[in-house]
Amino acid sequence: MPITKTKTRARPRKTDPRKPAVWNLRLYVAGQTPKSLRAFANLKALCEERMKGRYRIEVIDLMKNPQLARGDQIVAIPTLVRRIPLPLRTIIGDLSDSVRLLVGLDLRKAD
Amino acid sequence: MAQKKKASQTSFKTLPKAATGIQGLDEITGGGLPRGRPTLVSGGAGSGKTLFGLEFLVRGATQYSEPGVFMSFEESIPDLTKNAASLGFDLERLVADKKLFLDHVSITRTEIEETGEYDLDGLFIRIADAVQRVGARRVILDTIEALFGDLPNPGILRAEIRRLFGWLKQKGLTTVITAERDRPDRLTRHGIEEFVSDCVILLDHRIREEISTRRLRIVKYRGSTHGTNEYPFLIDDQGISVLPISSLGLDHAAPAVRISSGIARLDGMLGGKGFYRGSSILVSGGSGTGKTSVAAHFVDAACRRGERCLFFAFEESPRQIVRNMRSIGIDLDPWVRKGLLLFQAARPTYGGIEQHLLVTHRCIASFHPSVVVVDPVTNLLMVSTLNEVRSMLTRLVDFLKTEGITAIFTSLTAAGGALEASEADVSSLMDSWLLLESIEVGGERNRALLVLKSRGMEHSNQIREFLLTDDGLRLLDVYLGPEGVLTGSARVSQEVREKAAGTARLQEQGSRRRELERKRRIFEARMAMLRAEFEAEAEIIQQTISESESLGEEMVQDRGRMVRSRKADTSAYKKEGRAKAARKR
Repeated sequence: MPITKTKTRARPRKTDPRKPAVWNLRLYVAGQTPKSLRAFANLKALCEERMKGRYRIEVIDLMKNPQLARGDQIVAIPTLVRRIPLPLRTIIGDLSDSVRLLVGLDLRKAD
Repeated sequence: MAQKKKASQTSFKTLPKAATGIQGLDEITGGGLPRGRPTLVSGGAGSGKTLFGLEFLVRGATQYSEPGVFMSFEESIPDLTKNAASLGFDLERLVADKKLFLDHVSITRTEIEETGEYDLDGLFIRIADAVQRVGARRVILDTIEALFGDLPNPGILRAEIRRLFGWLKQKGLTTVITAERDRPDRLTRHGIEEFVSDCVILLDHRIREEISTRRLRIVKYRGSTHGTNEYPFLIDDQGISVLPISSLGLDHAAPAVRISSGIARLDGMLGGKGFYRGSSILVSGGSGTGKTSVAAHFVDAACRRGERCLFFAFEESPRQIVRNMRSIGIDLDPWVRKGLLLFQAARPTYGGIEQHLLVTHRCIASFHPSVVVVDPVTNLLMVSTLNEVRSMLTRLVDFLKTEGITAIFTSLTAAGGALEASEADVSSLMDSWLLLESIEVGGERNRALLVLKSRGMEHSNQIREFLLTDDGLRLLDVYLGPEGVLTGSARVSQEVREKAAGTARLQEQGSRRRELERKRRIFEARMAMLRAEFEAEAEIIQQTISESESLGEEMVQDRGRMVRSRKADTSAYKKEGRAKAARKR
């Protein structure tokens, strides 16, 4: 029993990020590079699959707004920042590794 | 951009350099770091890499109007600002003046998930933006290798860092990349030195015989000659100083002005005028021979002329020197209070030889003295080797001469050691060399002074005895006799002997003179006697002559009387006539 209790307790915590009405995701890119386009496509596909209608993707082109790179401590491109729900999560790369992307977004437990 | 490329192509002949403004470094590198290229500065923890970068940047911004960007991968901006303040750099003001841009790149790896290929365009954009904001010509990446801890996939990272260096070079930015050296067999943790081909500088902080020294070495500098030695350097409140501070040639002025040594007779030994202004004087001797006293006299004389003196005391505390000098009638205290005399006292072991040289420079630069005393210079040997002391002294002497400062270095010679040989190294730097000796005669030690050399002036070759009296230092002639140089009691007794001999001579002369006088009197007495005799005889002779004369006359008269008497008998009537006739006859 106590084991199942902890499990039931752990579950809502893990499923907690799914609860917010709208996810706020920010994707930092630098121009229309293949990597950036791939990252956006991968992200869009995931969101459509897992949170259709409950997400907002903000694409920030640092070529246009370079000063924004400092705010979120962006070094690598592309970088995805999960702003809502909290806590902030940072994922780098073209998001082609869907398993790690899910882990990064806290949608799946890391093994 | 095209122009930049052209510039770098022509640089095969003359490599353009960006002056660092770091004291001494520009001399070693022949003008600074390679302009428009990356330079790797590698060193262990606490070796001063960040400060090196900071100073390069700040000097560039303040002295060479080359604004800069500091990309910090480790320290936060407030920490960096604080650290820079300890070197006397006001980063906040430079940032406000748009001469500097600070950016802290901080990534926490645990938050980051890597989901595929990535690049460092974000960093490129940040640097490009920062460079554009202040019009930067210099960039510091401190320490870019920290990214290896922050970001996954070292393969990508290495490639990206390589691309970054290429990009910075293409932009013509003079870049300093710092890197931590964790093992002696490699320069950087992740081997990024292979991407930096232009200039590599190694910083080192080591402890040798309990004395810490920082050293800098230029491992490579493509397309430029550079000093290849390890150079000591220091970090203090005025930034980094790489020694040699000054490697100036022998082109300093040589003033012909002479200044008194403060000891009249010593001036006399130096052609009557004393030392040259701006010359370096070595006063060497064993312990207790009066080196400090000679120096104190010089200081006193300089202060009397209203000149400023700086006294580096490596052996005694200032108060002790003042007290001890008072015992020989020199009161240094008023000069200290007037601000003419400044003591800089420190145990030599307090820091390395570089530190001493630097402190010396700093003090001289801020106090502007006319006279500098280093007492004793040999104590520096305690913290270094003879070679290093010699090279430090060379620099110091050069520096002092350039500034026209007269300097006295006292030097303690080891008892019983080969006096001149052990100091030959140091003495060749000096213009004048006073040798103080202890002469042991008749169970006592006495002080003697000798001008061993004094360039460019006539000087006495005589040994003088000197006494430390209540009234200062007094030089005396020594007695030079068949037994050699006599000093102290031996000299005094010799003087007494001489005096006695002199008196005896005088007495002898007196008696001779008296004898002469007596002889003269005897002679005169005899003369008088002879004369008296002669006169007596002459009188007698004269008497006889006159007697015989009167006898002759009487005879004539008698004959006349006889004639007359006969005539009267014959013609008494013709008395008158006959008498006349007789007279006629």
